[in-house]
Amino acid sequence: MATVTITKPHRLRRVFVWELPVRVYHWLNALSIMALIATGFYIGDPPALLSGKEASDLFIMGTFRFVHFVAAYIFFFNFLFRIYWGFVGNKYARWKNFIPTNKQFFSDMWTVIKTDILMTSAKDIHTIGHNRLAGFIYFLTFIAFGIQCLTGFGLYSATSDWWFPNLFAWVPSVVGGDFMLRQIHHWTMWFFILFTVVHVYLVFYHDYVEGRGEISSMGGGWKFVEEEIFEADKESEKEKK
Amino acid sequence: MFTEAPAKRKTYYEELQDKGYSRRDFMKFCTMMAAYMGLQTSGVAQVAEALKTKPRLPVIWLHFQECTCCSESFIRSSHPIVADIILDKISLDYTETLMAAAGHQAEEAMHKTMKEHYGEYVLCVEGSVPTGADGVYCLIGGKSSLDILHEAAAGAKAIICWGSCASNGCVQSAKPNPTRATPIHKIIKNKPIIKVPGCPPIGEVMAGTIVHILTFGTLPALDGIGRPKAFYSKRVHDSCYRRPYYDAGLYVETFDDENAKRGYCLYKVGCKGPSTYNACGVMRWNAGVSFPIQSGHGCFGCSEESFWDNGPIYERMATAGGFGIEANADTVGKVALGVTAAGIAAHAVVTNLRKGKNIDKIIAEGKQSEHELNED
Repeated sequence: MATVTITKPHRLRRVFVWELPVRVYHWLNALSIMALIATGFYIGDPPALLSGKEASDLFIMGTFRFVHFVAAYIFFFNFLFRIYWGFVGNKYARWKNFIPTNKQFFSDMWTVIKTDILMTSAKDIHTIGHNRLAGFIYFLTFIAFGIQCLTGFGLYSATSDWWFPNLFAWVPSVVGGDFMLRQIHHWTMWFFILFTVVHVYLVFYHDYVEGRGEISSMGGGWKFVEEEIFEADKESEKEKK
Repeated sequence: MFTEAPAKRKTYYEELQDKGYSRRDFMKFCTMMAAYMGLQTSGVAQVAEALKTKPRLPVIWLHFQECTCCSESFIRSSHPIVADIILDKISLDYTETLMAAAGHQAEEAMHKTMKEHYGEYVLCVEGSVPTGADGVYCLIGGKSSLDILHEAAAGAKAIICWGSCASNGCVQSAKPNPTRATPIHKIIKNKPIIKVPGCPPIGEVMAGTIVHILTFGTLPALDGIGRPKAFYSKRVHDSCYRRPYYDAGLYVETFDDENAKRGYCLYKVGCKGPSTYNACGVMRWNAGVSFPIQSGHGCFGCSEESFWDNGPIYERMATAGGFGIEANADTVGKVALGVTAAGIAAHAVVTNLRKGKNIDKIIAEGKQSEHELNED
């Protein structure tokens, strides 16, 4: 390793980025998605069961489905809550972080792609909340959430007497029946798996490259930002106003 | 030669008496129909009353791109009156397969009904309509089925689409659909349409639909896509007698294995019951004798749109178009996962090369702080 001499180490400012509701949302979301994927795989292709028991003594698929549905309800209402929080939460939780509203959003995104994905640019991007690319990807995940909720509750509606799932009873006919709905539900699940892998990797990447406490931020809510960046950010905020 | 005076249209009951049915037979039929339609006990009297007092419902039954399995199913419904009442003599003014008349006579009978009962008759359509090449793929009496449908639909009170062909296109609309076979609801937009899908639909379901219109003078309650709720609101899976095996997690792995002999659930050998809305599990076929799952074969999903294109018959997952013959979502997903992992590995390596300076700075900074602490 090359030796680098630092004359004056950075002073870091602690910034409260992720409020408690955001963190609770994040982990509830992560847990419910994991439960949904695991039980979903079982429901989609249950392994052969070696059991001499009568059907009346077993309820394995039934249990998996039950867990899937419970997790689905948690996932759905958690998602609704997050949408609400996008309007009342702090600056980093606002919907503007996710939905592109101007050209600047896209040019910022391109900068992130150059810096962090293609690495053709060696400069360091200082964002305190979500960077633009991440924000946009989360917007895509929200669309995937929506697709899973629509297709999932659409499939579920026929088996439920409750009014809520029956709000989704119209969904099957839009895509031509439950069969196609199942396919969409299954395909979209893979997006979640791929997202999770990349997401976790990038959290480690940012922590490693930037050293601002990216990994722990979703635990305590804090990120640690260099004094200079903090001041610069404050200036640019002032300019905006 | 004498001309018959225009006789008063007979009621169904009168016609049945003429045929030699007893009152007892008639009441049995009414009870059965009421039960199939899901009416309460008092509904039996309503059905009987309607059939006794109302004159017969004029029906035109058209056959286009189809195999006549709907008609076959209909005449095999469990009570003989079903066939008699609608098909044999009473109601059918025109139907290519079963009417005695032929050629110009038949055409005349149809036009007579269309004129005399304008706005009153029920148009039953069996089969889809080919719209490709100006409809030349299905011509009857020199006219395209498209023209015939438009002509007949103009004076119809309602249209009943028998079977999957008329309801959603069935096999002749399978990709690439060379004749552009089109279901009725995509052609006729201004008439109430009842879809009775299935390949074929259950005879009792067909009879129940017609008797409902007869009894109440209205269309039966329909679901979002126009199927009678009484017969299509539940999935085959939800009324399947093998359902306990599904919930238990006990499945047939291959046909003829020990599990198949025990009658376990056919979910893993491609049963489409979980995505098919029909009454097979309750009404069954051929007077309640059996239905596909009972005979050991998974549901085909014949009453669902696109069932002919929906992947292999004996698989749960559809194959993924363009990814090879055996590939499905999971195959593609696994490959994508592998590619992602490889991409991440490459990215991690490049990160250390390209961002080395930044990383070194952070590490050096951290170490310097560590040293400063040690010096104290």
